Amino acid sequence: MTHAIQVDSLSRTFGSLQAVNVVSFTVEPGEVFGLLGPNGAGKTTLVRLLNGVLAATGGSARVLGCDPMTQGDAIRARTGVLTEQPALYERLTARDNLRFFGTMYGVAEAELPGRVDDLLAAFDLAARADDRVGGFSKGMKQRLALARTLIHQPELLFFDEPTAGLDPEAARSVTELIESLSRERGRTVFLCTHNLDEAQRLCNRVGVINQGRLLAVGAPAQLAHELWQGTWVDITLRTAPTPALLERLRGLPGVGQIQADGAALAIQIEADSRTPELVAGVVAAGGEIMRVAAREHSLEEIYFTLQGGAA
Amino acid sequence: MNGRIIRAIARKDWQEVRQNKMAWMPMLIVPVIICVLIPLLVIVGPTALNMPVEELTRGQDMDELLASLPPVVQEQIGGMNDHQALIFFLLAFTFAPMFLILPIMTASIIGSDSFVGEKERKTMESLLYTPATDRDLFLGKMVAAVIPAVGVSWATFAVYALILNGLGGPVMGRVWFPTPTWWPLILWVTPAVAVMGMLGAVLISARVSTFMEAYQATGLLVLPVILLLVAQVGGVVYLDVGTTLLVGLVIWLVDAALLWGSLRLFNRAMLVGGERK
Repeated sequence: MTHAIQVDSLSRTFGSLQAVNVVSFTVEPGEVFGLLGPNGAGKTTLVRLLNGVLAATGGSARVLGCDPMTQGDAIRARTGVLTEQPALYERLTARDNLRFFGTMYGVAEAELPGRVDDLLAAFDLAARADDRVGGFSKGMKQRLALARTLIHQPELLFFDEPTAGLDPEAARSVTELIESLSRERGRTVFLCTHNLDEAQRLCNRVGVINQGRLLAVGAPAQLAHELWQGTWVDITLRTAPTPALLERLRGLPGVGQIQADGAALAIQIEADSRTPELVAGVVAAGGEIMRVAAREHSLEEIYFTLQGGAA
Repeated sequence: MNGRIIRAIARKDWQEVRQNKMAWMPMLIVPVIICVLIPLLVIVGPTALNMPVEELTRGQDMDELLASLPPVVQEQIGGMNDHQALIFFLLAFTFAPMFLILPIMTASIIGSDSFVGEKERKTMESLLYTPATDRDLFLGKMVAAVIPAVGVSWATFAVYALILNGLGGPVMGRVWFPTPTWWPLILWVTPAVAVMGMLGAVLISARVSTFMEAYQATGLLVLPVILLLVAQVGGVVYLDVGTTLLVGLVIWLVDAALLWGSLRLFNRAMLVGGERK
């Protein structure tokens, strides 16, 4: 299968500063890939490199089958980029902004007015279509910037901190839009963010970046598995376990560490598939189980563990 | 080269400039001073202020100045009375190089707003993510600056000619303006100077970060025009038709060199330089 994005040892320096440092990963068609990292980690530089706005100083990349170093124009015709700042022409109206970018992206003159009207309606901006953008709220500007990103119906979307500075309601509508673009319209999304809740909700896979280095790439569950060996299961008993019960549990196949805190047990097992055997073992050893839960590591835990390791 | 994209950029930039008072005010004020106030002062002023022209032109300095003019100008002034000579000397002869301030100033203001202004307003990045080539972006912005600059200059020239003939005609006794030198000045030198102003603004814009900095720095671009003015009044250069064509040629050659340099300098990386995150 052809990757939507393939990056091999990509690097970019600014003087002595290594902004992107030998980064490699792939993004598959239709997936939402999150690039997580603090400000200054190199996320925006990477987006610029992948769109041929900046030239790499090392490594290579393919975006929609094209080389950003030599085919930047062809890539940009098929990608849409939402920058962190809405980057709209505030002295122009919403309609003029969309018309201008539609022309820039090569939308046919005959199609342009209809497409502009559709987007203005879809983003709830039709009533303000002929007002200057300078008078819009931040949320309205972000909606218009999103409409601009979609004016040429791109196959691959780059969102750089799409909800930064938005109120919760506006942020939620942006998140829902990204979700629908991916799930309903099959667009590939490359999401740069340091909003971990947003990434947890939207992303199939994530890459964690810091100081230009990619620390890890994968689905959150996979990353958790790599970071914390095996799976942890939390079991709450009616009473605190006896030493004999703990001894029996240690002898069960696939069981690693056991942590006991009163009636609460945290048991490490080698894989999820060992959970039924573990529960059966506890019962057989005389334990009265009140509650069982497989422990899931949040993206936040994964992120901070990785960033902590990189520090 | 994509004509549709170039036109779209030019139209958008011009729309933006029209909304920017700080950009268009100088473009309005300078033409009004040049084509209305100064001619009024020279043609109607002496009568309106009850100051006989003979009083203004009498004295050794004026005689010396007129004596230093090229023979061909002295010959033209020879048969004129003092008021006619003053009008001719100031408005047709001296003003010719000074008129070039207009295209250079207009083009450099629009050019500065177009490049640094976009960076300053943080709109440049969305433009850079479009499929337009670096060359199309550059040419679009060049057209946005040069066409209005030439248009404003030509319109100002037309009004200037109307006023000089309308008000000055009765004094001069005929439709006397433009003199032959003005035609190549307007048709050949003015576009060249507009291109120079715009390219100068591009080069300056690469090194500054705000519109005001660019605006101030582009003020230096009028220095060659001032030098030309001083040289003409001082008798070092006389802008007859041949010399004007030659001056235009030199400016076009400078433009070609600046264009070559600007096209090498102008690329997306330059425009996002230093904005790493």
